[in-house]
Amino acid sequence: MTFIKKTLVSSIAIAATTVMAASAQAEISDGEVRIGYLADMSGTYRDLAGPGGLEALRMAVEDFGGSVNGAAIEIFSADDRNSADVGANTVREWYDTRNVDLVAGLVASSVVIAATRVIEENNGLGIVNGAAASSVTNEHCTLNHIHWAYDTYPLANGTARAIVDQGGDSWFMLTADYAFGHALEADVTKVVEENGGEVIGGVRHPFPTDDFSSFILQAQGSGAKILGLANAGADTVNAINTASQFGLVESGQQLAGLLVFLNDVYAMGLDATQGLLLTTGWYWNMDDEAREWSERYYERVGSMPTMVQAGIYSSTIHYLNTVEELGSDDPVAVRAAMAEKPVHDFFSRNGYIREDGRMVHDMYLARVKSPDQATHDWDLYDVLTTIPADEAFRPLSESQCKLIN
Amino acid sequence: MTMIFGVPLAVFMGQLLLGLINGAFYALLSLGLAVIFGLLKIVNFAHGAMYMLGAFATLLGMRYLGVNYWAALLLAPLVVGLFGMLMERVLLRRIGHLDHLYGLLLTFGLALIFEGTLVNFFGVSGARYPTPEILQGGYQTGFMFLPKYRAWVLVAALGVCLFTWYMIERTRLGAYLRAGTENPALMQAFGVNVPLLITLTYGFGVALAAFAGVLAAPLYPVSPTMGSNLLIVVFAVVVIGGMGSILGAVVTGLAMGLIEGLTKVYYPEAANTVIFLVMILVLLLRPAGLFGKEA
Repeated sequence: MTFIKKTLVSSIAIAATTVMAASAQAEISDGEVRIGYLADMSGTYRDLAGPGGLEALRMAVEDFGGSVNGAAIEIFSADDRNSADVGANTVREWYDTRNVDLVAGLVASSVVIAATRVIEENNGLGIVNGAAASSVTNEHCTLNHIHWAYDTYPLANGTARAIVDQGGDSWFMLTADYAFGHALEADVTKVVEENGGEVIGGVRHPFPTDDFSSFILQAQGSGAKILGLANAGADTVNAINTASQFGLVESGQQLAGLLVFLNDVYAMGLDATQGLLLTTGWYWNMDDEAREWSERYYERVGSMPTMVQAGIYSSTIHYLNTVEELGSDDPVAVRAAMAEKPVHDFFSRNGYIREDGRMVHDMYLARVKSPDQATHDWDLYDVLTTIPADEAFRPLSESQCKLIN
Repeated sequence: MTMIFGVPLAVFMGQLLLGLINGAFYALLSLGLAVIFGLLKIVNFAHGAMYMLGAFATLLGMRYLGVNYWAALLLAPLVVGLFGMLMERVLLRRIGHLDHLYGLLLTFGLALIFEGTLVNFFGVSGARYPTPEILQGGYQTGFMFLPKYRAWVLVAALGVCLFTWYMIERTRLGAYLRAGTENPALMQAFGVNVPLLITLTYGFGVALAAFAGVLAAPLYPVSPTMGSNLLIVVFAVVVIGGMGSILGAVVTGLAMGLIEGLTKVYYPEAANTVIFLVMILVLLLRPAGLFGKEA
């Protein structure tokens, strides 16, 4: 092929792509913005996202006015039942039959890793709020999803470091025996050792476990100062309850909850949880802006929002704003434009979206109040310190994400 | 210090005691299942839900009616038992003449409905029920700290198991019951109201589950899914003991609690599976179960 021919062909190709891209960008597909909400609506993780998260999503759409540049916003939802299969198939069906524009919610890490793969195949967009695993934007990162509320890295970093600093330098780890627990255990061990502490023992318990008495007894016998709970949801609740029955705290040991949600603390009550240190992405009562939104949420749902539910609202508003400015719901263009703007609202402080899809923002170290400090049912945490956005999350220099060179 | 397979004796003893306490729970629950299966031939998949309803009745009774723990120990089994009798009268009786499988499906469906309805109202995080004041704190036994409440659970559960065994195997009422299920027509000819007897038995089996639920309320978070987590283990216990064998259910329940407790020390990863391993072994070697009669 001659040089001229080559140039000609490639310029036509470029022109064609540009035109196609422009036409894709200049409009909202199907004349509707379609948001699919995928979450555990009935199982272990229901209360931390579930129906409350769907309500937060609806609030965001209503507050936005129900339409973007004249295009209506449609919401549909499905229960993933914490099954990666069900989750991935649901998302696939949403692409095949409903042309979904944004997949929101996304809770159990296993479901999320499977679902984001489908989102990537369909070149769509997902915003992950519920999942904990930091691998979602590390080895499992894609150009097609963003991780919003929190992940395991700051949980381990914030809580473990603060505890070692306060003198809690010998740890016994109680770990849920599956990928998430192992990852959290590894992160915590690293942080403890880097700060001069030591992990002197541990036990990996089956997931899920109802009766923790035997493990608590082993922890008591270990002589460690801190019992680190590398588990989540009902397992954490059960472990903390059992520790309280066996007088773990009275005998001089302290608990470190590494993934504790507001609804867990509420369910266990302050008697069992007082003094527990934890890291959270947000707390409903941390300032006026957060409180104002939370009270509106409370009126609709009847409970105070978790960081996940607040994150769903925050990320949806950021998404809709971007679609409006861009005049398009093209997933890749929207993601790129979302990353260009800082995220600053009632949920996120100093937030921005990195190349790996991680929305970094300030995280908070909090302590659970004692019953006599609390003034009402949902008055649960004291926020102790702010962990600045740039220190909280895994630095890009350690990233294994394929989008980072 | 004396060591047993690399574990200090004190720790070993503590684990045995905890295993025994969990075993007492299994015994109580599998006993109800065994009574219902042994006497009525119903595979009661709603048993876990009944246990859960017992715990919820306790919680809601305290919250809205001011019923304390001790009253709940009596009232919750009564209320849930009556509810069970209603279920038997209205639903289970109509499929009594069909294959066991229909009863299994019906009770399983009912369990899902109860669970789903409560999830809708209460969520899944569960709520805490305070330990009654007199049972708070614990004993320092030398080898472990034993919470008073766990000691109470052991005593109460074993007491009720013993009472049930005695009622069914050693009293005239129990004899009627066993005869009535063996040959209902003959018993009716003797003037015994067999359908009523069956309804009462189902109610009693369900009440046992509810009683276990009341005992569990201060130990575990009261949540709609608490029963389904336990049900499969309890079924395994019944299969190991021999379907329908009352003594088998109690002894196996305790033994499985102990085995599970020891697994938690030596190989905690397998703690949830060890009972099923035992079940497979028993099914291979003694298909009718350890205490079952060969069919």
